[in-house]
Amino acid sequence: MMSVLLAVALLLAALLLPLLAFWPRRSRQGAHPQVGRSRDRAQPAGRTVEARRRELEAERRAEELLRSVVGEDAWQAYRALGFLFAFGPGEEDGQPGYGYLIYPHRAMVSFDARSGVLLNELCVSFPDRIAALEEDGGGERLPDADDVLAKWMAIHGDELALLAEANVLPPGRQIDPDQARRDIARLGEWTARPSGNPAAS
Amino acid sequence: MKSGHGDQLLAEGDPEVSEDNERLLAAFREQLDAGMWAAVPVAGAAGRHEAVMVREFGEVPIGTEQVIFFPPAAGGA
Repeated sequence: MMSVLLAVALLLAALLLPLLAFWPRRSRQGAHPQVGRSRDRAQPAGRTVEARRRELEAERRAEELLRSVVGEDAWQAYRALGFLFAFGPGEEDGQPGYGYLIYPHRAMVSFDARSGVLLNELCVSFPDRIAALEEDGGGERLPDADDVLAKWMAIHGDELALLAEANVLPPGRQIDPDQARRDIARLGEWTARPSGNPAAS
Repeated sequence: MKSGHGDQLLAEGDPEVSEDNERLLAAFREQLDAGMWAAVPVAGAAGRHEAVMVREFGEVPIGTEQVIFFPPAAGGA
């Protein structure tokens, strides 16, 4: 019998409402009271600094998670190219027939993996309905790295469910087609590297 | 994953241990009841990095190190 020590970590969160309710209040009370002449004027600046700090910390955590899930090569591609990618299943010759460019907080672009022809834009988001009910009114969204990871996991885990939710549009609605073509070419160069592996993601 | 916060640890433990299993199951159900999607990173053929979606605690593959919950997809603009 193999080791039964299966460490299962359930990640994410949704229901830490007391903590979330506390943070905005703490930030308004001002880690930076010297900013502005009155307490009221100091509040927006204090909030901005605190919000920015939280945003950076959230992005750092999201990038760590992304790297651990998609692997080093896809992580390096994301860092170098600015988007993640995924390919459909291999066809008779083992090569994927189509792929996706996965941009943070923008539409995904599907393309013919052989010809590079753009197929569709898939507009999809992951709105946090619980956060939307909180004091900040839903202004927060997933960090960039979490957004691309959510899309990547949904494509790999249940592509049809993701497509069922997405607004599927012709190319060019949100992403400049010329940019998408350039990104497909850059992706081709990336995966053609000696260490590149289009099947790795 | 949580808007504006990144990932946060909800629960951890050894599913072979009864008390841990109950706690993991409760956390799992709480997230899915809240409408979250759950995914498990897995290693596919030739070491490919992949993910599977799970809808029941019993679907979590043996040996899983983490289950990631994230808000469900919705059509964007």
